[in-house]
Amino acid sequence: MNNQIGPNWRTIVRFGLIGGVVALYLSVIGMVEAFSARNLIGTFITLAQILIFGGPFVAGYLTAREFKDKPRTTIILCGLAAGAMASIFQVMLILIAHAVDLRFMFVSISPGLMEILTFGQGQYLGSLILAALSAVMGAIGAGYFLLPGTISRTLTSAVVVTLGVGLFSENVNQILSSNWLSLIGGRSVARLLIQQKSLNPIVALVLFLAVGGLTYWRATRAKAQVESDDESPATGRQKRFRTVMLIIAIGALLGLPWIVGRFLSQVLFMVGLYIMMGLGLNIVVGYAGLLDLGYVAFFAFGAYTMGVITSASPLGLTNLNFWIALPICAIVGVLTGFVLGVPVLRMRGDYLAIVTLGFGEIIRILALSDWLAPFIGGAQGILHIPYPSIAGFQFKTPEWMYYLVIIGSLLAGFLTIRLRESRLGRQWMAMREDEDVAEAMGINLVQTKLLAFAIGAAFSALAGGIFAARLGTIFPHTFNLLWSINALSLIIVGGMGSIPGVMVGALILVGLPELLREFQEYRLLMYGILLVVMMLVKPEGFVPAARRQQELRAHAKESAVGTAAD
Amino acid sequence: MAMLELNDVHAYYGNIHALKGISIDVSEGEIVTLIGANGAGKTTTLKTISGLLRPRQGEVSFEGEELTEFPAHEIVYKGIAMVPEGRGIFSKLTVVENLEMGAYSRSDKDGISSDLDRVFTLFPRLQERRRQVAGTLSGGEQQMLATARALMARPRLLLMDEPSMGLAPVLVESVFETIQEIKDEGTTILLVEQNAHMALQVADRGYVLQTGEIVLKDSAQGLRDNAEVQKAYLGMQ
Repeated sequence: MNNQIGPNWRTIVRFGLIGGVVALYLSVIGMVEAFSARNLIGTFITLAQILIFGGPFVAGYLTAREFKDKPRTTIILCGLAAGAMASIFQVMLILIAHAVDLRFMFVSISPGLMEILTFGQGQYLGSLILAALSAVMGAIGAGYFLLPGTISRTLTSAVVVTLGVGLFSENVNQILSSNWLSLIGGRSVARLLIQQKSLNPIVALVLFLAVGGLTYWRATRAKAQVESDDESPATGRQKRFRTVMLIIAIGALLGLPWIVGRFLSQVLFMVGLYIMMGLGLNIVVGYAGLLDLGYVAFFAFGAYTMGVITSASPLGLTNLNFWIALPICAIVGVLTGFVLGVPVLRMRGDYLAIVTLGFGEIIRILALSDWLAPFIGGAQGILHIPYPSIAGFQFKTPEWMYYLVIIGSLLAGFLTIRLRESRLGRQWMAMREDEDVAEAMGINLVQTKLLAFAIGAAFSALAGGIFAARLGTIFPHTFNLLWSINALSLIIVGGMGSIPGVMVGALILVGLPELLREFQEYRLLMYGILLVVMMLVKPEGFVPAARRQQELRAHAKESAVGTAAD
Repeated sequence: MAMLELNDVHAYYGNIHALKGISIDVSEGEIVTLIGANGAGKTTTLKTISGLLRPRQGEVSFEGEELTEFPAHEIVYKGIAMVPEGRGIFSKLTVVENLEMGAYSRSDKDGISSDLDRVFTLFPRLQERRRQVAGTLSGGEQQMLATARALMARPRLLLMDEPSMGLAPVLVESVFETIQEIKDEGTTILLVEQNAHMALQVADRGYVLQTGEIVLKDSAQGLRDNAEVQKAYLGMQ
């Protein structure tokens, strides 16, 4: 950084160009056009606009942060300049694309994109408008930095909630029109709120004011409470409040699939499945520190076990009941965990990651192979896996499978907590910190490692078994590397070693992309961006384990003090 | 008979011949020090004793029992604990959890809690910080923790690897005071040090290691008076 000479025009150019490159990139890969159909509020605020103007806004904000000691007008002007800088690449893109046909190389630079970037005003006037609006966004970004904390927080939550509701207006519509809520007039509420798959502008304004007002009120009240500091008689009430909240939470958890409808239930089912996998992987990676990139293998083992022992097709060896088959899946998971564990016992860190990565691929290719086709169907997969059923009632729909996966995740969460507090949990953490020292303390590394792999694998195999029963058919192609990457990413994003973190991570990385269908194509890109940003801004994850947070903070403080001591 | 005996021990890192036939003995109640320059094989010797490195040739026996057949995690149960080099604490566990890990090899709950009190009287600083994550301790405190953790195993022989490394001079002094106290409580100590000056003050006997070989062995007094040692390790002319 150039902190020797303090901020200057270079800073503006730098942040401006960073914002510009990001905005240009989003346009060129086609995201802007793909998202322009997603109206947020009315028909005039679309997701595409957020992408176009997000860059200038962030550039303005970052510039303002660098110039924080300067007078206010200077800061605003710098933000303005940075915002204008940020539009420069897009303006160039507009002008060049008008003169030359770039589509032979960049398929996404379509007339449609130009229409969006120029606001339908032709290349010259459109460029001017774009540059001007970007400059204004930069200035707003800078101004945003200058706002006092309470107000900027209020604005942030109001904007985020309003745009969020707008973004998911289709899903909100679905929920409100579901069987249960339409009984109490949900459908007419939906008609009021949502017009043309987008939030009604007036409703948006009301929502914005309501959320903003509420946040502001809470912020000021919290401040007042800290000042007065007389909440001692509240403890009894707090306890009762907590019980009530717990009951409400359980009620909501149970009622959720019937309120949100079939599609969202399916999404929640996937989230739950990933929570189970994430909790298992969290044991291997988060607690024991063994980086496993082939975690999908155990999931596949679980799914195939379920298939082979329950399927009604000729491949089914037995026609066991789902409920008997599920523990067998877990046992198979434990065994495969041991089998993978043994050869990698001596490996650490990167080597382990590569070997497990290979293991995951080997399993997938074996499942696909002709050699095993007589047993597990090869590329044709296994068909006719029955739904779980109790006393003749079949768990056919996602709504019912949701309960199964919720029970599974709760069980996995409970086991994880118990394990973390156990002697074995300590062994894992000691081993993660320093294998040699752990061994010198008397910890049997072989046993400890194998148990981590086996227990982690059991969680994954359970999830796999449920997955197979939900789909009814399984194919080798399903079990690709992406599962492992998703599971690992959600742990990192949520917070390594943190159980609530796994849940939040699964909601963000698995739930959101399902809801935003336009994102599907850009899913991996989004993961990449999210992971990089997380590592830079919040390396401990969204909901960090308390201990890790303490450690990372102290580390930051120490490294600020200097490396001279080392 | 000596408590610990190394007899013609050869150890390798891959193809590198790190220990070239070392013979050391430590008797009960002694402090014995190994001094020598970087890369002389001091840490390697300790690793060989604690089982982290397997000698290719030679014997290591503790109280008459051959150690080389046992894996590292079982050697703790024989009564040997190690204070690893570079403090080697579990930086993400709390102070108390670190100490509990030190007592991993034991199952007598009452004994563990009384030993916890004992190390807290030895290191009051650790008691103040018992709930703190160990990675946030200062260098001196981390060294205390590493030592305290090794004591939690209630060892008969304590292996200490460079306890004074990277510490301020004031702290170095207190480290050696602690070593003396531990000895007075009846624990035998094998001390590896670069700070030969301090090590020879606290030790009863010493060995000088040079590129994997023992070049000199004598009482601490004898080594202090040795002209070679004075020149090479004590910085005297």
